[in-house]
Amino acid sequence: MWTKVKVAKQIGVQSDCESAGIALVRDHDFVLPNTKYIVSQKAIALSLRHSILSASAVALVLSVTLVAGCETTSAAQNAKPASTEPAAKPKATPKPLAKGMDSNAALDPFPSTYKPLPGVATAIVGATILTAAGEEIENGTIVFADGKIVAVGKDVAIPDGAKRVEGRGKFVTPGIIDIHSHLGVYPSPGVQANSDGNEATDPNTAEVWAEHSIWPQDPGFNRAREGGITSLMILPGSANLFGGRSVTLKNVPSITEQGMKFPGAPYGLKMACGENPKRVYGSRSRSPSTRMGNIAVARRAWIDAADYNRKWNDYRAKVAAGESAGDPPKRDLKLETLSGVLNGDILVQNHCYRADEMALMMDMAKEFGYKITTFHHSSEAYKLAPVLKEADICSATWADWQGFKMESLDGIAENAGILQAHGACTIIHSDDATMIQHLNQEAALAMGVAARAGIPVSRLEAIKWITANPARAMGIGAKTGSLEVGKMADIVLWDRDPFSTYALAQTVYVDGGIAYDRNDPATHARSDFDLGRPSLEQK
Amino acid sequence: MKPFALALALAVSSPALAAAEPIAIINAKIETVGPAGTLASATLVMDNGKIVAVGPSVVIPKGAKIIDAKGAIVTPGLVAATTSLGISEIEQVPSTRDDGAGGQIGAAFNPAAGVNPDAPTIALARLNGLTRAFLTPVAGRSGNGAHAHDDSAFDTAGGHEQDDPTLFAGQSIGINLSANTPDLIFKTNAGMVLEFGESAAAAAGGSRGASLIILKRVLADVRHFAANRALYDKGEGRDLMVSRLDLEALVPVVQGKTPLLVRVSSANDIRQVLKLAKEENLTIVLEGAEEGWRVASDLAAAKVPVIIDTQAALPASFETLATHLRNAQILYQAGVQVSIMGSRDYNNLRQSRMNAGTAVAHGLPYQAALAAITLNPAKIWGADKEIGSIEAGKAADVVIWSGDPLEGQSYATAVFIAGQAQPMTSRSTELAARYKPSADGIARPAYRN
Repeated sequence: MWTKVKVAKQIGVQSDCESAGIALVRDHDFVLPNTKYIVSQKAIALSLRHSILSASAVALVLSVTLVAGCETTSAAQNAKPASTEPAAKPKATPKPLAKGMDSNAALDPFPSTYKPLPGVATAIVGATILTAAGEEIENGTIVFADGKIVAVGKDVAIPDGAKRVEGRGKFVTPGIIDIHSHLGVYPSPGVQANSDGNEATDPNTAEVWAEHSIWPQDPGFNRAREGGITSLMILPGSANLFGGRSVTLKNVPSITEQGMKFPGAPYGLKMACGENPKRVYGSRSRSPSTRMGNIAVARRAWIDAADYNRKWNDYRAKVAAGESAGDPPKRDLKLETLSGVLNGDILVQNHCYRADEMALMMDMAKEFGYKITTFHHSSEAYKLAPVLKEADICSATWADWQGFKMESLDGIAENAGILQAHGACTIIHSDDATMIQHLNQEAALAMGVAARAGIPVSRLEAIKWITANPARAMGIGAKTGSLEVGKMADIVLWDRDPFSTYALAQTVYVDGGIAYDRNDPATHARSDFDLGRPSLEQK
Repeated sequence: MKPFALALALAVSSPALAAAEPIAIINAKIETVGPAGTLASATLVMDNGKIVAVGPSVVIPKGAKIIDAKGAIVTPGLVAATTSLGISEIEQVPSTRDDGAGGQIGAAFNPAAGVNPDAPTIALARLNGLTRAFLTPVAGRSGNGAHAHDDSAFDTAGGHEQDDPTLFAGQSIGINLSANTPDLIFKTNAGMVLEFGESAAAAAGGSRGASLIILKRVLADVRHFAANRALYDKGEGRDLMVSRLDLEALVPVVQGKTPLLVRVSSANDIRQVLKLAKEENLTIVLEGAEEGWRVASDLAAAKVPVIIDTQAALPASFETLATHLRNAQILYQAGVQVSIMGSRDYNNLRQSRMNAGTAVAHGLPYQAALAAITLNPAKIWGADKEIGSIEAGKAADVVIWSGDPLEGQSYATAVFIAGQAQPMTSRSTELAARYKPSADGIARPAYRN
């Protein structure tokens, strides 16, 4: 029987997409003394997507309706509590699977060891606060303690004992979040020995995890922090159709990758459309060598994944029913990742430039019943903005990087502005170790061009491009990405309007601790690699 | 070091570029980047392709077209100090690239034939306030940082591979970005481009020392050839390391008549280059110079200008370990003439003004930052008598801005090249117009569903 289900982790019923994004009920959030899957997760997911309410799914209707349209919460995730309905007593005690062989029991084999930096209760007083939750508060105050935001507003009492930080003339924003980074996997210096971002040996390497390539000593993490980056998603490259799993990090100095790993953040699956996979494998006379090959190889993979899912579900159902289940399916890391997408646990982060290819990817997602969370690069997203809005798919793009290859030829700096004008989820990403240091200024470039095009974007909205929207698309939107009570105190204090070219991050707080203070050299992290080398700081 | 000689006459205001009527821009805050400095509220008159008057009280000629800037900032047209604009259109499509020649020695390579006035990138750059660009060929390394890990299989034009980079990449030329003429080149043989450091070491077989030997031998050959032309005309000279065309291209360099642009990064390599320039009596300019701040006083003493990317902040390679955001400020303080580049590929070229702003954020004075993207690049390539600042007699390359040009949110509202108003459209703006929501809420794109 199910004895305890930590549904409380869902933080109640959420009415907005951003919060729902984190209401993931993952397998490992449950205590499952006696696992029973009466109805397969897949079946529930599909039935709900098509609004066919099977008896076993009725209990879910409410929660699914509430989160309808929110890209990061799939029906399947909500479906799982439903399978807690009472089941017949097992007729036989199932033989436990060998350690490491149960794909449900081993979902977090490289757990986060992240510990927030030490911090003190702090009040930043008198700054202009861009909350990324729809407010711009002039002469505002933000209070945070124990790593969480305690109060934000105009007339906020400063708690006794809180450290007071003068914010007059300055700006406060949420910590900047980059949804597309290769820091650590393509670190500096860029030498072959440390080039670990593309397992370009097969068009489907869904089994690789970016976190296993990350070099935490990449000096790029420190430069990014100085630019206000508090969280970032590290993705495998785009050589493959399925590049592997992404990982979300808190941007703090750490000896290990696990020490940076954002606790509870869902995994992403890096997928790629278009030129890169077909070029990489076509040049080796392998499939795919064409765009039609790209889709064919990807569909074959999804079929394998659905079949894998079915085998496990059948097996578990039999075990649960006390029937003879035979040999358990063999755990397969590649299929486990794809299966995680089908079950809604893993968010699809899809590199795709052209509008027509995005439409194909959306059809393929429909065919196999998964959700695309974000199109990355998405140079032509503006051509498809109403469709992307309708499908609630985010577009992560550059301000003005374009035209460096055929599939980015129609990239325009108006992209973000047009997406915003259509009300579609818009994100400015970097995909670059230098650009990540000034995503605020990239956003400003896009704002300028949007204004020129007659579709001006306020900084109230533009700040979301680099905070709340990427947080939502990374599945951490309920925890960080905006300045709201209860969220992580991931905060940047800027010396001026962050959309100015001259803006510099003064203080960067991660979970309420000072991760960087421009005026305090003790906080200026230098990686081990930097030691014993000439530097301005050492002069 | 010798001052740059103007080896060739400039043709800044060819008939094709002449405007029909005088134009007066009034009520402008003019950043002249010249001796007049900042003019809080002034008038600028251009006629026959040139600036004829600028100042707070200027007589406007009869029949002049008057443009009221309403207090907006006016600057000289921005000048790209080193770029592939117009000779490299789509980085990963080799057929659109004419920015390099390949081969170990490419001194004779002149990119002029590859300049494509129809490249959409030129309009894109122009919309961002660029009016002139100095094209500097690339050697057999690349990506140019554009998208280094996008699994790009392509390096540079002409089918270069990483294993056959060049030492000399070829000659630099100056182009205007006018929409009014197919003949964009206004300065030929502006200088020569040389790789040094990691790239040159790779070209020479693996070490910096080897590249230096090749370099010195080539320079010796050039001098020998220049002094013994008659012998070679008769086919009697001693064997030389490179072709006659390469030798000819290098003669003005060894004579100090045209600058040698050296792509070099580390402090130690810069010291080697300074030593070489002194020994060989070369007029040099540095591109990159990521560790330039460490040898700032040496550079100032040798009067060597630098072209830097002020976004550089990472130890991207083992020759840029001490890269720092304050590079521009420290070099400037030491008295080095600083120019600021965008990324070399056209789509990032637009960032040169933002890079100037970044330098300001990290200590470079505002006026120095403006000069770094206008007058200083013109100085480097010996074109500062004709372009680079708003002064009577110079080409009327003028930009009116929506705000501070160094701010990302600002944009050019009017661009004049040699006195002619430029179209404020590009392939990008046409795409945007097609797909942005229309004012009446009715979508009218050509393609649906």
